[in-house]
Amino acid sequence: MRISREDVKHIAKLAELEFSDREIDKITPQLDRILEHVARISAVNTGDVEPASHVLDVNNVFRQDVPSQTVSREDALKNAPLEEEGGFRVPRID
Amino acid sequence: MMDNKKMAGMGKYESIIGLEAHLELETATKMFCGCRLSFGEEKNINTCPVCLGHPGSLPVLNRKALEYAIKVALALNCRINERTIFHRKNYFYPDMPKNYQISQYDMPLGVEGYLEVNMGDYVRRVGITRVHMEEDAGKLIHTGATGRISESGGSIVDFNRAGTPLIEIVTEPDIRTAEEAKAYMTGLRNLLLYLDVSNCSMEEGSLRCDANVSIRTEGEKGLGTKTEIKNLNSFKFLQKGLEYEIKRQEKLLDSGKQVIQQTRHFDNNSGTTKALRSKEEAHDYRYFPEPDLVPIIIDINMVESIKGSIGELPQRKAHRYGEELGLTPYDAGFMAGDRRTAAYFEKCLECFDDAKAVANWIMGDFSALSNKEKMHIADSRVTPEALCRLLKILQGGSISIKIAKTVFEEMFRTGRDPGVIIEEKGLEQISDSGELEALIDKVIEGNPGPVKQYREGKRKAIGFLIGKVMAATKGKANPKIVNEIMKKKLG
Amino acid sequence: MEAKEVSCREITSSVLSRIEEVDGDINAYIRVEKERALKHADGIDARIAKGEKLEDFTGIPIGIKDNICTKGINTTCASKILDNYIPIYDAGVIQKLNSQDYILTGKLNMDEFAMGSSNENSFFGPVSNPWDTSRVPGGSSGGPAASVAAGEAVCSLGSDTGGSIRQPASLCGVVGFKPTYGLVSRYGLVAFASSLDQIGPFTRDMEDCAALLNIICGHDRRDSTSLDVEVPDYKGFLRDDIKGMKIGVPSQLMAAGIDPEVKGAVDSALNLALDMGAEVEEISIPNLEYALNVYYIVAPSEASSNLSRFDGVRYGYRDRSASTLRSMYRKTRTRGFGDEVKRRIMIGTYCLSAGYYDAYYEKALKVRTLLRRDFDRAFSTYDVLISPTSPTTAFRKGEKMDDPLTMYMCDICTIPVNLAGLPAVSIPAGISGENLPIGLHIIGNALREDNVIRMAYTLEKAIGFKDIPDL
Repeated sequence: MRISREDVKHIAKLAELEFSDREIDKITPQLDRILEHVARISAVNTGDVEPASHVLDVNNVFRQDVPSQTVSREDALKNAPLEEEGGFRVPRID
Repeated sequence: MMDNKKMAGMGKYESIIGLEAHLELETATKMFCGCRLSFGEEKNINTCPVCLGHPGSLPVLNRKALEYAIKVALALNCRINERTIFHRKNYFYPDMPKNYQISQYDMPLGVEGYLEVNMGDYVRRVGITRVHMEEDAGKLIHTGATGRISESGGSIVDFNRAGTPLIEIVTEPDIRTAEEAKAYMTGLRNLLLYLDVSNCSMEEGSLRCDANVSIRTEGEKGLGTKTEIKNLNSFKFLQKGLEYEIKRQEKLLDSGKQVIQQTRHFDNNSGTTKALRSKEEAHDYRYFPEPDLVPIIIDINMVESIKGSIGELPQRKAHRYGEELGLTPYDAGFMAGDRRTAAYFEKCLECFDDAKAVANWIMGDFSALSNKEKMHIADSRVTPEALCRLLKILQGGSISIKIAKTVFEEMFRTGRDPGVIIEEKGLEQISDSGELEALIDKVIEGNPGPVKQYREGKRKAIGFLIGKVMAATKGKANPKIVNEIMKKKLG
Repeated sequence: MEAKEVSCREITSSVLSRIEEVDGDINAYIRVEKERALKHADGIDARIAKGEKLEDFTGIPIGIKDNICTKGINTTCASKILDNYIPIYDAGVIQKLNSQDYILTGKLNMDEFAMGSSNENSFFGPVSNPWDTSRVPGGSSGGPAASVAAGEAVCSLGSDTGGSIRQPASLCGVVGFKPTYGLVSRYGLVAFASSLDQIGPFTRDMEDCAALLNIICGHDRRDSTSLDVEVPDYKGFLRDDIKGMKIGVPSQLMAAGIDPEVKGAVDSALNLALDMGAEVEEISIPNLEYALNVYYIVAPSEASSNLSRFDGVRYGYRDRSASTLRSMYRKTRTRGFGDEVKRRIMIGTYCLSAGYYDAYYEKALKVRTLLRRDFDRAFSTYDVLISPTSPTTAFRKGEKMDDPLTMYMCDICTIPVNLAGLPAVSIPAGISGENLPIGLHIIGNALREDNVIRMAYTLEKAIGFKDIPDL
């Protein structure tokens, strides 16, 4: 058992998702099976190999400190679900 | 540690303080996109798909931000990591366009540095654990009368600030008093101003500071439970906040209670720290290397070139002024403390070799007048060459100090050459003995009373007579020579 | 069109008519841009009338997968959470196509956020395989594959993270190409797994494929992972000659689980290759066994972070019933995302979380390094590697929906390629007894599109696949 119901609740919180008890019943074994399967990599002897955090052999990509086009305020707010006084309105922070 | 001295025991507890400073860089554009930095404009006016976290947007690193970061790390004596990468710090908050911050984790830019803080009778060496780069979040404006989250019905988000380049500077828990903390931040700020990478204002938020505080009984080896203090937005509040928190923790331990690890908010009005109401779970930031950015390999040439651009740092410069030029520590500190003052000072020394005289003049009248006009001495109308000419004239004795001050005021106001001013206004000191003798004879003749008093032993009466000579010459007589001649004639 | 044998409007109309005719059954399109396309076609006809010279793709009706941002036109990623999202910018590839003056037919259906192998995970309903509408077209680029197979677009653009271009190409009997990682700008591609995603073309044949690659490949400063290399003329590699080329066949990819008919088609193609003077050898790449495991740690982990931005604050769906921030986040994301997306976010969050990072994510990245080395070794001897694209032909809708793992197995041949950042193509290699296409998978070394195109073009000619679906 790699992931328990409690684990699922905790992970859901971190991911800002919510599941009903019935959904947790359904999803926990699914996740467990997947994790069980992927955890097989523990069998691979990786020794002191470097983790490949980057696929390319490229380093030092920069941009010049020169202003480039921003979008208009109108465009910035175009998709806003709720706009107020030129900003994005969100409900009370709890 | 070599130069550390503990402060005289403050009762039975010792406080352990670490500071985390965030510095907003003054680059032209944001860390990962080409938007300008904002200075109080309308909301969301300097944004783009990248700093708004739109789907499909990607970050590209601002080269200048990297250079500034290396500058800061070098100035703090850090070891620069040859290979440094960015990590994602994942957490949800409305001022975060992507709900993760691009920051650095276990491969930061600079490590193992230090800053020496002069406490007067001792020096506290504060270790710098790390210097790293990250992006700033947007700003939240909480609706409701007080602007506090807890009392508002909602918030409005402005992303102008989102993506601004930040440098985080973390100290080792080497600081022992609130006063040292304030001195550290002051020293840090001076150093950072010297580097010309930020305007370092705590009030404006371009320099921010959080503190970690714990206490332990003296002699104990382990560290006590620490609390994190936020909202310290001036040097004064930093010191006050720490003093309060230390006392609070001491009271807790004294009454047998325990210090709870928590984040506390400093309240300016009451001068106290208050626990934040939210039931804070320890954050799991799930750091992992940022796949949208490639590693940075910093080679020795880049480091050397940036080192070169820093030049001599204030502490070394002050030291050198003391050693080579014989300035007192205070004077040396003043001259070296500001980059442009130092440059001006050194330019003067190219044409006039009395460093003390130059320093005095800069610290005295020059600074006074400049401060009144809210300008830097280097921005005034007085060039280093002009100041040198004035000093040469003064040294030559053809004017008195008093006259020199008047001349300088005119130089400051108009930018004109001292020689020209003196000639025009006929301010040259009269030093010709012949001319003065004649005048002195006249004064002696015309003032038998004081003359008699002097001859009878009342030495002070000479002052009156000299005064008469000065008045007759409109202050231009060389007082020293008048004094000599007068004494000779009176016998 | 330049020869004025046919007008742009005629071409465009015929494609649009076809869409109207069949898309009710196929559902390849989330959104058809009929008026816009016709208007644009008229504009191009006017240019032709003026005698203007045309580019390769001027006036060509092309469909775009709905996870590529098109300014001013809804881009939904087949998700409820972006149903109403209108991008404020064009993706890099769209800008390149615009400079050709292409015609956008519409936005194509896909598995939600590119997570899936059957296009059954779409908020806008599943896509049907034109060869048999009771079956899936593959995924996640089901729409792009099906549309080209059914004549609903001359060609299309899709994206490939673990096989999402190649596998549907295989199941739909068309050509699907995934370029070397970094060759095509990801700026404007809604990110699924940043270190694996690449945009690529769907076409009817290799000639069109090479032409489209010419347009979409190339450095983009707005993408730090974009390669700053000179892009060759890929059409130059369309050579009908593979004499002396060395082909490696990884035994791990021809193992159990591969449908016998699929294996048969691949073997057939390899025999053709031998006849034409290529060398064919079986090789063993042991770490391939773990590729799926690595992928299903790395991809969900990166995705869990990439999808955090969908929170109802700045764009997209927002749950209006929530009165506090956290409940707004949770309700928005829970209601806005489909089941598979949520599953992967959960897996990814777990693998990155405190206590599990080392054993899962970091370990997976180490195995990824080993896999990369394996491929480097293989390519020091061989010019290309060949395998089936998919273990099976198109399966029936619903068949693999009960067990996520079963679905994941569909990508067993394609996934290793993304992990190593290599280029690969799927070309039609035959037809099964059930009249379903079989795809041949050709893999090249990084930036060796030349070998892949050459092999694919030659085999395409030799195989002579001319079947089209009976709609």
